[in-house]
Amino acid sequence: MSELSELYQQVILDHNKKPRNFQKLEGANRTSEGFNPLCGDQLTVYMLMDEGVVRDLSFVGTGCAISKAAASMMTQAVKGKTREEAQVLFHEFHRMVTGELDEEAEENHLGRLKIFAGVRDYPARVKCASLAWHTMHAALEGAETATTENLGPGEVNP
Amino acid sequence: MAAAEDTIRAGAEAKAWDVERVREDFPVLSQTVNGKPLVYLDNAASAQVPRIVIERGAKYLREEHSNIHRGVHYLSQKATSAYEGAREKVKRFINAREARECIFVRGVTEGINLVMHGYGRKFVREGDEIVVSEMEHHSNLVPWQMLCEEKGARLRVIPMNDEGELVLDEFDGLLNERTKLVCVGHVSNSLGTVNPVKEIVARAHKQGVPVLVDGAQGAPHLKVDVQDLDCDFYAISGHKMFAPTGSGVLYGKAEWLEKMNPFIGGGSMIRTVTFERSTYAAIPDKFEAGTPAIASAIGLGAAIDYLNGIDREAAHAHERELLAYATERLTSIEGVRIIGTAREKASVLGFVIGDVHPHDVGTILDQEGIAIRAGHHCAQPVMQHFGVPATARASFAFYNTKEEVDRLVAAVQKVIEVFA
Ligand SMILES: Cc1ncc(COP(=O)(O)O)c(C=O)c1O
Repeated sequence: MSELSELYQQVILDHNKKPRNFQKLEGANRTSEGFNPLCGDQLTVYMLMDEGVVRDLSFVGTGCAISKAAASMMTQAVKGKTREEAQVLFHEFHRMVTGELDEEAEENHLGRLKIFAGVRDYPARVKCASLAWHTMHAALEGAETATTENLGPGEVNP
Repeated sequence: MAAAEDTIRAGAEAKAWDVERVREDFPVLSQTVNGKPLVYLDNAASAQVPRIVIERGAKYLREEHSNIHRGVHYLSQKATSAYEGAREKVKRFINAREARECIFVRGVTEGINLVMHGYGRKFVREGDEIVVSEMEHHSNLVPWQMLCEEKGARLRVIPMNDEGELVLDEFDGLLNERTKLVCVGHVSNSLGTVNPVKEIVARAHKQGVPVLVDGAQGAPHLKVDVQDLDCDFYAISGHKMFAPTGSGVLYGKAEWLEKMNPFIGGGSMIRTVTFERSTYAAIPDKFEAGTPAIASAIGLGAAIDYLNGIDREAAHAHERELLAYATERLTSIEGVRIIGTAREKASVLGFVIGDVHPHDVGTILDQEGIAIRAGHHCAQPVMQHFGVPATARASFAFYNTKEEVDRLVAAVQKVIEVFA
């Protein structure tokens, strides 16, 4: 079991306090709303998609430190990526926090996002870390809502 | 007479509560979590189970397991008499007039839904009104919304003040000739408020309106006497009063239960069945279709035995002491806000720490081996009233200690350090 410090690292606490890209994006051509019915977390992702590239990305919403920091860092990581690159990141992040991807052994593009690896030791918190990613993914796909309600067994709250 | 009783009660309260001795009855409490001794403060969600309840359930499975009411054989008779014996214990525990007024259900949620279907769908018509309170658990709110939607009826809400107390002055104004039922919690699971249900029942009855009391948090913390309250329905959940999940009781006055529609149809609840029509069994069987959770019901009976065997006055006094101590210590920490400051409270303590999200509080406390609840506690309108997305909630049982409160306080201080 990880020590507390591994989940609540300074970077995460910092993003929680000062979330980046934390505003409504004027000129967004896609918005998607995500909610976690279990804890009431709710966020909206704004995306400007242009010729297959995520030109700009932002979010607003309420949630715990994990979900806010994850959203903040997600916007930084995905901004400027092509749709395909964003898809790859989404899947890698998802597999990491559900314990399917060993971020140290397998090749991946997660970079700084690896600090969320510790979340997999807290099954009740996996959804907090992945909500923003699911919402971003929904925006990529052109869907208006995302929910953590019907996720696979790996993410079900115990 | 009253004075003499008071003296006896005061005497009982003064008697020392041997909490270390009581803790030995609860095997789950002696484990470590994350390398630290478990501090279990999530009793309002589910309370722990004493050894005699565990052993009673095991004995049933080992020696008596069988279907009830259906067999003429030895085991079935053993199981039936244990199950009906548990019903008798419940009857005495809540002081019902008769055991047949106690329907075994899965818990409060099922009990309330039974009343919604059995009473609500039969007696509520378009334009009628159902009264609930602002602090209800979703299980005493959502079924009534469903009924109102189906019938074109209207939901009226008794408001609460910022202490988390019902504003009774507004209650009388909500009652009228269209009011068909008042549904109110005995003790709020998010705020700890003890509601004046006896007074509410008296006022409702003056207008001829029956009252359902959600006793999920009442039964574990208060002495319940349904005849004294004079409520028409009272619902309890076994898992909140030291029994296994799957056990619960809906008490209803026989005159109502007899008039009501059955809830779930099937075996055991019928008298005769033909393809043209079926007639229903008498209460309580009419409401107990199918094979019930027999082991759980027997476990509830054993939990009641346990509660009868301890000094409950002293137990409740100990809980109140823990609540007062924890309230005082948490209040003195800068940044901590108590949610729910009613004058009459049971040992349920909701709080928030600055703008730290309660889920983060819950995770950090878990790392310290402390189990609390974080979330909206199935009472989203309460969260809306206080302008918070969620709260952290510590809820105490008579087996908790002052040292555990100290550990809670230290962990809260740690949260503040992490998020400083
Ligand atoms: C006040 C209150 N009412 C109703 C319920 C629902 O009880 P159960 O989940 O056992 O049906 C609860 C428990 O969460 C509660 O605290």
